[in-house]
Amino acid sequence: MFEPVLTRNIHRPNSEKIYTYLANGGYEAVRLALTKSPDELIDIVKRSGLRGRGGAGFPAGVKWGFMPKDPNVPKIVAVNTDEGEPGTFKDREIVERDPHQVIEGVIIASYAVGAHRAYVYIRGEFFLGVKRWIKAIADAYEHGFLGKNILGSGFDLDMSVHRGAGAYICGEETAMLESLEGKPGNPRLKPPYPAQVGLFGYPTLVHNIETLACIPHIILRGAEWFASIGTAESKGPKIFSVSGHVNRPGNYELPLGTTIGEIIYEHAGGIRNGKKLKAVIPGGASTPVLTAEHVNVPMAFETLAAVGSQLGTGAMIVMDETTCMVEVARRLTKFFAHESCGRCVPCRLGSRRLYEILERIERGKGKPADLDLALELAREIDGLTFCPMGSALVNPARSTIERFREEYDYHLTNKKCLVGNSTHEPILRE
Amino acid sequence: MVATSPITTQTDNPLQDGRKRAMLLAALYIAQEQFGWLSEEAIQRVAERLNLTVGQVKSTASFYTMFKLQPQGKYRIQVCEGLSCYLVGGAEPIINYIAEKLGIQPGETTPDGKFTLEVVQCLAACGTAPAVKVNDELYENMTFSAIDQLLERLQQEN
Ligand SMILES: Cc1cc2nc3c(=O)[nH]c(=O)nc-3n(C[C@H](O)[C@H](O)[C@H](O)COP(=O)(O)O)c2cc1C
Ligand code: SF4
Ligand code: FES
Repeated sequence: MFEPVLTRNIHRPNSEKIYTYLANGGYEAVRLALTKSPDELIDIVKRSGLRGRGGAGFPAGVKWGFMPKDPNVPKIVAVNTDEGEPGTFKDREIVERDPHQVIEGVIIASYAVGAHRAYVYIRGEFFLGVKRWIKAIADAYEHGFLGKNILGSGFDLDMSVHRGAGAYICGEETAMLESLEGKPGNPRLKPPYPAQVGLFGYPTLVHNIETLACIPHIILRGAEWFASIGTAESKGPKIFSVSGHVNRPGNYELPLGTTIGEIIYEHAGGIRNGKKLKAVIPGGASTPVLTAEHVNVPMAFETLAAVGSQLGTGAMIVMDETTCMVEVARRLTKFFAHESCGRCVPCRLGSRRLYEILERIERGKGKPADLDLALELAREIDGLTFCPMGSALVNPARSTIERFREEYDYHLTNKKCLVGNSTHEPILRE
Repeated sequence: MVATSPITTQTDNPLQDGRKRAMLLAALYIAQEQFGWLSEEAIQRVAERLNLTVGQVKSTASFYTMFKLQPQGKYRIQVCEGLSCYLVGGAEPIINYIAEKLGIQPGETTPDGKFTLEVVQCLAACGTAPAVKVNDELYENMTFSAIDQLLERLQQEN
């Protein structure tokens, strides 16, 4: 039986309080880390094999190594808690129920890269999380874990909370930096990467909150322990958010590499009402859909890529046989069209056109040429936009057309859903 | 009422001094809390306090869905229309149910100024869907009877 690591405290009463965290071994990792050199810490994180949990899966230690070494250059650490992709609800759990675990990770990361300023960017809707972080940071200062000369080490770090205000795109790291600067959340061109030119122009290490939550455990238990969990290219524990047609939706912390089937049937209680599994979106709304044939695929970066999808945030949206896949694509594309920041044309207009095609097909008004049109549009958006949002937004349409083509054909021929019920609503407002 | 100002730790960090624009989201939250929404006057005041142009303040305020440039009802009822909510019977059925009960369409406010109905994207409560938010408060596992109770309670509050 796998023992939860990242979520081990969240079911305790008052799990968000500093005394609960301290009573359960909290802040021991910081004490240990401060006895090591920054380079040693970067090496440990590299050897652990930890990869970013925010979607892209970039090796964390490598990113730490990109931060300039010059002590005269001010550096920043920024925590990304803008979670907002349909299906994903792991970060909200951490931000609300175990802030100190992340604060500890931030202190260690900041010490390792030489940053003296840290920001936690929390999605505006997470009001409870914002309130708890304000308290958690104040408590960490009071206990000497933040501020000047942390635990007598000579290392200084200040931290504050920044509340977002409702914009999915602010989860993209450079848009988040713009938002932290008080501007509209339009992504910046990369390169330069945030590790070179970040917040206020200073080198900035940006991490997803779950990535940073792993750090104290890696320091305390060692890189080898972390690397012993998971698959060849995907190491450590991961929180999988499971939603949709399962008996027990929720967050399940399991080793990376646990199969889709094990998560659905052994942990999430199987499909509701004895129905059959039809489709799974494995990593949040932006990842390509899989079918029931993929139940034995391990939830890991390389294994999901091998079947044409992505691990993304590890958020599994499970759908049974009653689900209309055209409606799924329509609804997800509507989300992306709504959340496009509007900076570049292929994303701003392309997402709307794509949505209109799906809307039309779903309502029984589609034309035979619509599927080719949708796929062509997807080709003209994917990889040709200012930020990676373009590649994300085409996935629902493209992957459902590829994997559930017969449902689209049925709509086009019979002017209705293969599976019956679906809701119809007005065309997206421009 | 609870303060919503997001930046609280008082530090004398040079990275923050002189960068007043970084305080803009926080300032807009404070103004919105005071006035209920961001009127021209409120935006003007924020601009003056932070030494920014009205244009700078407006471009930020209008980018974010949580900043309101129109008057809002006392209770903003936000219903998620995300995929996970839809799959378990939420989204449109809930939106339509509330719309009918309150006699308003999404985006509208009741004539007494009490309720605004809003359709929102994923609230990161997909595992406890369907999800609804009222102002800053999240309600999970919603059912029609839970909505009845919620609306009744809000009707009675002043
Ligand atoms: C459209 C878009 C939305 C994103 N949203 C988030 C988000 O909500 N949270 C997050 O941590 N990363 C998000 N990312 C990924 C970030 O850009 C970045 O890769 C990540 O925060 C880096 O942290 P990590 O290395 O710990 O994963 C998003 C990326 C894109 C393109
Ligand atoms: S791809 Fe979309 S979200 Fe990204 S910059 Fe262009 S318009 Fe904005
Ligand atoms: S889809 Fe409704 S809360 Fe995520």
